[in-house]
Amino acid sequence: MLHVENLTASIGGTPILKGLDLTVGAGEVHAIMGPNGSGKSTLAHSLAGRDGYEIGGTATLDGADLLDMEPEARAAAGLFIGFQYPVEIPGVNNMYFLRTALNSVRRARGETEIGARDFLAVAQEAMDLVEMKQDFLNRSVNSGFSGGEKKRNEILQMAVLKPRLAVLDETDSGLDIDALQIIAAGVNALRDPERSVIMITHYQRLLDYIKPDFVHVLVDGRIVTSGDHTLALHLDDHGYGDYLNHELDDAPGRPLSGAAL
Amino acid sequence: MSDTLREIEELAEASYEYGFSTDLDTDIAPPGLTEDTVRLISAKKDEPDWLLDWRLRAFEAWQSMDEPDWAKLEIKPIDYQALSYWAAPKSKPVLDSMDDVDPEIRDMFDKLGIPLHEQKMLSNVAVDAIVDSVSVVTTFKETLAEAGVIFCSFSEAVQDHPELVREHLGSVVPVRDNFFAALNSAVFSDGSFCYIPTGVRCPMELSTYFRINSMNTGQFERTLIIADDDSHVSYLEGCTAPQRDENQLHAAVVELVAKDRAEIKYSTVQNWYPGDKNGVGGIYNFVTKRGRAHTDAKISWTQVETGSAITWKYPSVILQGDRSVGEFYSVALSSKHQQADTGSKMIHIGADTTSSIISKGISTGHGQNTYRGLVKVLRSGENARNYTQCDSLLLGSDCGAHTIPYIEVKNPTARVEHEASTSTVGEEQLYYCRQRGMSEEDAMSMIVNGFCREVFDELPMEFAVEAQRLLSMSLEGSVG
Repeated sequence: MLHVENLTASIGGTPILKGLDLTVGAGEVHAIMGPNGSGKSTLAHSLAGRDGYEIGGTATLDGADLLDMEPEARAAAGLFIGFQYPVEIPGVNNMYFLRTALNSVRRARGETEIGARDFLAVAQEAMDLVEMKQDFLNRSVNSGFSGGEKKRNEILQMAVLKPRLAVLDETDSGLDIDALQIIAAGVNALRDPERSVIMITHYQRLLDYIKPDFVHVLVDGRIVTSGDHTLALHLDDHGYGDYLNHELDDAPGRPLSGAAL
Repeated sequence: MSDTLREIEELAEASYEYGFSTDLDTDIAPPGLTEDTVRLISAKKDEPDWLLDWRLRAFEAWQSMDEPDWAKLEIKPIDYQALSYWAAPKSKPVLDSMDDVDPEIRDMFDKLGIPLHEQKMLSNVAVDAIVDSVSVVTTFKETLAEAGVIFCSFSEAVQDHPELVREHLGSVVPVRDNFFAALNSAVFSDGSFCYIPTGVRCPMELSTYFRINSMNTGQFERTLIIADDDSHVSYLEGCTAPQRDENQLHAAVVELVAKDRAEIKYSTVQNWYPGDKNGVGGIYNFVTKRGRAHTDAKISWTQVETGSAITWKYPSVILQGDRSVGEFYSVALSSKHQQADTGSKMIHIGADTTSSIISKGISTGHGQNTYRGLVKVLRSGENARNYTQCDSLLLGSDCGAHTIPYIEVKNPTARVEHEASTSTVGEEQLYYCRQRGMSEEDAMSMIVNGFCREVFDELPMEFAVEAQRLLSMSLEGSVG
């Protein structure tokens, strides 16, 4: 599914990712944890093709070279980013936005576009998943949404677009426990042998609800250790202090098959 | 051959002494503007003496006036003597049936997406089609007549309803109002006339479609809409012109009269040729649009302007009657080398009058977009209210947006609010849309359309779709 090798990213000459390796197999859920400024969000945006980074290394999704594509082509290839700070687009109807996105992706894949009526059924299913009311679709994209609504809207989009690989960037930040549970239930419902998820998070809390197959610790632009979900529990007790000096002695687990260190 | 036709033929024959040249397709006057030109236009149209006198007064006034120079526009000097002031398709303009329309004119409107065959038309829109200076056809006349609505070309109205024209012509925009209004009053060629009788809700949308076709011709239409007590009308105006290398002058005047408790909704989608990417050619659009709202009346202007090299236009409402309402909703796009200086005037005379102005300016390429608005509350304007919102959107780094509000309040009970914002289409927004699979152009178009939503929502359905399409087309190539 996803193979990342020696990925580097810098902004204006300042390196942020310094040679990151990661392999995600089909159906796997990976958590990437790390302190502020370690490069977690940069990893998501490097994969998605945001402007402004100088990128090196390789990243392939199902064998296709992601780094060579425009952002929209990466989306069509099956990459979805759940944004940490979803932007507001005033005046653009949420439903219209969703349908345009879905049809853009379908067109790029050579599939037929979906009509307004059929789309309504698709949207309804997705809305049930994240417990949203109908009026949500008629509001402008993220405009005046609460923090929790914005995050739910991201999962709604994921449910509609059904990506091969979803990278959820701090989807849990700023959520109360009810919203967190709704979002976790949504993500769990979307787990599928053919769909992989990378969750970027600060905290163990989210992982209580979405159990990852693998946990990676990202420090200073590199993955310094990987393990199973118990690694996250360890981090919750001990913090990242152990890794800031690359002292790995105290950490449980060893690099597993999912992470090519 | 009808009598009118013969008269026109004779006029054309006799026209040598006036210097008219006639070719097969278009009847066009030689360039130049003198008192004789004014007399000639009036004679061509077989106008009554009072109207000729009115034109001559306007011409005299115009000669003593100067072009306004206060707008933020760079305009190449206009040689008014180099223009022709009369051009008409040669086939007889006034028709009884759609089948009589010259097939070439019909094809032209078909190409423009304005079918003139009644069976193909949008069933709820009556169209007055104006090519160059002359109304070529007005549809659904009979249906409208049943409701008592008069909808015809201005020339016909002068002949058939002279008392209505005489009473209201110049009552909202006097001949001396401004340089371009004076010029229009002297030489206006044709336009639309509309009268809605007391208590009538016009059964369909009324629409005028303007087309400039001839070269080196100025276009000067005059539109007069009178909504009598307790009546209601929605009026649409569309404009296009072919691509030409020279600048063409368009100076129209629109007067609206909304009597007690009447409502007029006037919508414009203006797509005159804007000139090429180097700023060569395009329409110079100098338009005076104003309405007078009597007691409890409401006048609403909605405009989407994507065309013209120069736009100079300030649709206004004189809120004369107590509790009258004025509204202005505008989207103005300036791309390439287009310059737009546009906005609105709301003059509060009556008590408890309210007005709102929502202006959305979009600049891209080398476009310059200026909002210029006046909110004036007279001493009599007790409890007047105005809300103005001006939003500017910049796409690219070579364009400009300017906001120049004038506020004059003479009554201490008035409340006037002004909000303004300037933003760019964020990289963040584009990236977000592209991450969801949309192309950069689709994303741009979606974001810009969203920015204009409040104005598009005011347009009748068919026009809203047209406006969105137009905006997307005009934005092509403005990405990157």
